[in-house]
Amino acid sequence: MLDVHKIRKDFPMLEGHRMQGMPLIYLDNAATTFKPQSVIDAVTHYYTDISVNAHRGDYELSYQVDTEYESARETVARFLHADKREIVFTSGASEALNLVAYGFGRKLLKPGDVVLSSEAEHASSILPWMKTCEETGAELTYIPLDEEGRLTADNFERCMDHHVKIVALAQVTNVLGYEMPVKEICEIAHRYGAKVIVDGAQSVPHMPVDVLEMDCDFLAFSAHKLCGPTGIGVLYGKYEYLDWMDPFLLGGGSNARFDMCGNIMLKQPPYKFESGTPAIEAVLGMKAAIQYIDSIGMEEIHAYERELHRYVVERMMKMDNLVVYNPYSDSGIITFNVKDVFAQDGASFFNANGIAVRSGQHCAKLLMDKLGTSATIRASLYFYNTKEEADIFLDVCSKATLENCLDIFF
Amino acid sequence: MSDMLHDPMVLRQIIMDHYEYPRNHELSKDAGYCQKHMASDSCIDDIYVQAKIANGVIDDIRFDGVACTISTASTSIMSELLQGKSIAEARQILEQYYAMIDGKNYDAQMLEEAVAFHNVGRQANRIKCATIGWKAIEELMDESEKAHEQE
Repeated sequence: MLDVHKIRKDFPMLEGHRMQGMPLIYLDNAATTFKPQSVIDAVTHYYTDISVNAHRGDYELSYQVDTEYESARETVARFLHADKREIVFTSGASEALNLVAYGFGRKLLKPGDVVLSSEAEHASSILPWMKTCEETGAELTYIPLDEEGRLTADNFERCMDHHVKIVALAQVTNVLGYEMPVKEICEIAHRYGAKVIVDGAQSVPHMPVDVLEMDCDFLAFSAHKLCGPTGIGVLYGKYEYLDWMDPFLLGGGSNARFDMCGNIMLKQPPYKFESGTPAIEAVLGMKAAIQYIDSIGMEEIHAYERELHRYVVERMMKMDNLVVYNPYSDSGIITFNVKDVFAQDGASFFNANGIAVRSGQHCAKLLMDKLGTSATIRASLYFYNTKEEADIFLDVCSKATLENCLDIFF
Repeated sequence: MSDMLHDPMVLRQIIMDHYEYPRNHELSKDAGYCQKHMASDSCIDDIYVQAKIANGVIDDIRFDGVACTISTASTSIMSELLQGKSIAEARQILEQYYAMIDGKNYDAQMLEEAVAFHNVGRQANRIKCATIGWKAIEELMDESEKAHEQE
């Protein structure tokens, strides 16, 4: 079992920070996560010690940057069980998912083709496909979810036919935190010749992910949800598809050579997708983040989060003033409301008690149909949250009423 | 009125009352109304505000939509407070309301029940909830005056 009190010492944000005069309890980890000192050091190391461009210079410092930059790619590849040529650096999961829709979808899709997704998707997973379908004449259809809001392999298979060319789904959804049966889905999709694009934003930071084992065709994640820097993320893609697809951007760094007649020869993947000077410090920070996660162990992180989640949800379920929408979530995401209190008013009450949670309106149809509400509060755990923090959160939960939620304004 | 300022229980009661029983909370289909859709990009509030303005006087204000306690109650109070006022009078009240929200001196007498929001700035991200309906009526008054000038 991981030693959470020892781990917390690695994070400056967990050392004595206060919010609204109260000790800060950070439960918005599905939005972004805190950084350990080793990640902060890796970022400043670039600016302090090796602040030159990558892939550009003939001098020693530049070579050193290249070496560190490419070793980060190897670290990511090992982390996902991929080949390093299959790791494209992007600004985050959103850019990665847009890159697949633009570079792969637009080239592949024709009128009559179908893109399959679900109503539980994050905007970054679904909006690029809406646009791509509009442009190509393909059709975007949604797999029905079960009563609980889950995607099942059975429901998925019922939607499959040979018109389906793309399946775009989150491995763990960001509102309800359910894990989809990704391996089965890839297996079924491939039987029909469809490609599977996995949004790993909420899964990669919390559980072991092996792209070879799941056999997905693309997978995207953001480093900042994994204790890494903001502005950096990854698109994994099977090499033959990366090789076939178009880049999103053209420019310095992605071309091997070009001439005035309009002939462009692009570099091989992953470099053909990486135009312009990249976020070098963020790439080095992402490497440090993965090393940090590895040093704790992803299995341990996953198990700890599940246990803490169970501890919190079991107690929330006993409170008459709360509604929990996803008690059987597979992740650290708890979606709930205070009865008769609008989500944002509830979130402000937690803020007044030093607790960071998020209120939000989610995919309206999913929420209205499955949950019967237009807005919810989301508390999301990570491996550095403690039982002591959970107890304070639960105490504040028990005091949440409309009257108390309004008293914070007086 | 000044006593009310010091009694949180009364102020809370005002907000709860306007949240649970919002006034003028139904949109009109009458062609004499102008309408504003106010959807904040940083919070959940998504409301429609209508005003019937004739000869420089606000005859009626109505609103509807999905919104939190603070925006529902502040818009409801605004709709009562500004009804029947001239645009010039309404602008004076608006000025006092914004001054209060910004923590500056203001005329509590003029704001009546709207003083309930005098501490909303303690939750800085909720200031937009307390002003969303007020911004809507301000825009509707601007449009009305502009249309009048063009006539």
